[in-house]
Amino acid sequence: MTEALLIAGGRVIDPETQTDTTADVLIENGKITSLGDTKGKAPKGCRTIEAKGLVVCPGFIDLHCHLREPGFEDKETIATGTRAAARGGYTTVCCMPNTNPPLDTRAAVDFVKARCAAEGAVRVLPIGCITRGRKGEELSEMGELALAGVAGYSDDGDSVASSRLMRHALEYSRNFGLPVIEHCEDKGLVDGGVVNEGPVAVRLGLRGIPAAAEEVIISRDLALAELTGARLHIAHVSTAGSVELIRRAKQQGIRVTAEATPHHLLLTEERVMGSKGPSVLHGLGPAPLLADAYDTFAKVNPPLRSERDRRALVQGVKDGTIDAIATDHAPHTWIDKACEFGQAAFGMSGLGTAFGVLMELVHRRELGLVTLISKLTFEPGKILWPAHEGHGILAVGSTGDVVIIDPEAEWLVEEKDLLSKGKNNPFIGSKLRGKIMATIFGGRIAYEDRSLGQPVPKATRHD
Amino acid sequence: MSQETDGNTASARTVERMQVPQWRHRHVLDVDDLSRDEIETVMETTDAMSEVLAREVKRVPTLRGKTVVTMFYEASTRTKASFEMAAKNLSADVVSFASSGSSVEKGESLIDTLRTLEALGADAIIIRHRESGAPYVAARHVGASIINAGDGWHAHPSQALLDLYTLRQRFGKVEGLRVVILGDILHSRVARSNIWSLTTMGADVVLCGPTTLLPQLPCRETPLPGDLLPPVEVQPDIERALIGADVVMPLRLQLERQHAGLLPSIREYTRMYRLTEERLALARETAVVMHPGPINEGVEIAPGVAYGSRSVIQKQVSAGVAVRMALLYLVIGGRAR
Repeated sequence: MTEALLIAGGRVIDPETQTDTTADVLIENGKITSLGDTKGKAPKGCRTIEAKGLVVCPGFIDLHCHLREPGFEDKETIATGTRAAARGGYTTVCCMPNTNPPLDTRAAVDFVKARCAAEGAVRVLPIGCITRGRKGEELSEMGELALAGVAGYSDDGDSVASSRLMRHALEYSRNFGLPVIEHCEDKGLVDGGVVNEGPVAVRLGLRGIPAAAEEVIISRDLALAELTGARLHIAHVSTAGSVELIRRAKQQGIRVTAEATPHHLLLTEERVMGSKGPSVLHGLGPAPLLADAYDTFAKVNPPLRSERDRRALVQGVKDGTIDAIATDHAPHTWIDKACEFGQAAFGMSGLGTAFGVLMELVHRRELGLVTLISKLTFEPGKILWPAHEGHGILAVGSTGDVVIIDPEAEWLVEEKDLLSKGKNNPFIGSKLRGKIMATIFGGRIAYEDRSLGQPVPKATRHD
Repeated sequence: MSQETDGNTASARTVERMQVPQWRHRHVLDVDDLSRDEIETVMETTDAMSEVLAREVKRVPTLRGKTVVTMFYEASTRTKASFEMAAKNLSADVVSFASSGSSVEKGESLIDTLRTLEALGADAIIIRHRESGAPYVAARHVGASIINAGDGWHAHPSQALLDLYTLRQRFGKVEGLRVVILGDILHSRVARSNIWSLTTMGADVVLCGPTTLLPQLPCRETPLPGDLLPPVEVQPDIERALIGADVVMPLRLQLERQHAGLLPSIREYTRMYRLTEERLALARETAVVMHPGPINEGVEIAPGVAYGSRSVIQKQVSAGVAVRMALLYLVIGGRAR
């Protein structure tokens, strides 16, 4: 029997063709079978979602998240993490291998795949380790990992410290055509730092992480990518200097792609001084610290940077230097964060709020809606499926991964609504404008907002 | 609620007869949130406490029935002794919570420890911690008053206030004084708190040290719109910094800075930045020398300067008890638990 779903009358955006039209989308047996006027094509009794006034686009693809399983199930599991992903509009997520044990063997990757098949709400593509045990000493069995189905290689959480080993990792990866995803951080320059090096670090008496800690590794890796001709992907770019380095490398034809996170695109280092926003934003000059200073929810690696860096990242997203927006969803327990700033874990939980957070850039006119959607769908899709194979696009024959969005709906981020186990989300308490109404994975509804299909109350509209 | 209500005779500036001044702060986390008037209030209250310390029996019943806990996660001799003496002089019950040998070694968290101490009846918790911001975390999780006795590189409010009190005793007022803070500014909570208190009271602050130990700070010459600290003068050249100085405050040089690669050697540091008699001669004739202690004799300060006629280091220590009595009195003296 045909399994079918009709999404009727939505504003359909396909990032590949840059089309933005009102149309119906018919999904049958997990694939899009009809686009446009579907009158008479939908089978009898098939569910219809009224999408008038809503945006319909490909399901989001996250190149970078932490599902924590195996090993850290108090922080997140594949079941909870993929539910949070569906809630956030994601139909594909890549999970990083810094689990315990790390994903450096076929057995570990098979375990994750089995859990996903049993409990996953969306598609999970594991990333395998570059080096055995993430220790940076010898290469993992990258070929075996490729056969096991990894989507790329990363020692995320650490750079490959040895330039020689990184060179060989890049060279060897060419056998499999998979990207090497580098977390760029020179440990010597970080030296125990916990926030961006700059005025906020000085003010708070916290050890700073200079922008150069990221940039020296990016510079090195770009040179190695040129040397080897391999595919290099730079994770969570955070500084203006990094954007410039990647921009120049792309101009030179080096095979490099890059991602930035929602938090680095929206927040700056001042967030560490408290959620109310610091005096500096209001131009009041030096002011006492607020009671919520040293907010551990603002502790993340790479650290939140300056406004200048943030603007450079947005510019990089706009001009194509930054290919994709990835969440770096890093869930932690309450105990990991309810402590002294210096001892708190790095990372932010963000799968459930990424889209609403990013819509702020659209509302402020820093970024166009179609561009934003492309950075969440088509562009990361090209990195995972270079021949794109029907992912990250909305066309007849493509995968039935679709998200329905209300770009104007306002919602308050409340802890109780977040499906991730990690409640360490710095946007809790914020009002966001832009909401996921439904996530359809392989033609089936993976998440559905309670208000979907209900008449939209006037008060929440801002036309 | 004041201890005594008939404090209306001007001559009666004793603790027993004064009213608890209006005080809006539950905690003492830093001096950055104190206005000039509030700092004046601390200074005047300290005067009254100094009077108690000059008595034969240095004890008043002002905080009888209150419990003060000292919680030092980092080694300290003078600050801890000073706070405990201050609390005892005011007749508070003092509980000393030592982090070694307690549940902290069993992995008990800061917040859990604080909650336990509060449940045991602490009115004020005096906390010293190696992590910047730890007192802010504490203040968010307990109802007791938190007094910061030094957190990481961030703040040391009671030290800044006792420095101010020492200067007031010497100069009458602080406004217009040129205060040179010398040495490892980057890692110094004393420097950070002093920048706030001194500039609030109208002093000109000069920071001097090797460039690896100086933070990038907004300069008075080139104030930045996004300043997070009050403007100060940054002067790596010690001779230039000292010319015309009224106050010179060398900071303790942590010997591990050499190992961290911030200094080539302690020998070179002493050659370039030690406060010697020759260098001190560049300052004003009336200039005084301060030091937050403990001193590395012969490293950041020559012994002849530390114990010489211009040194007010011992006066700082005495002022410390009075200032801490004043802080405890202001924060928990007027409040019912």
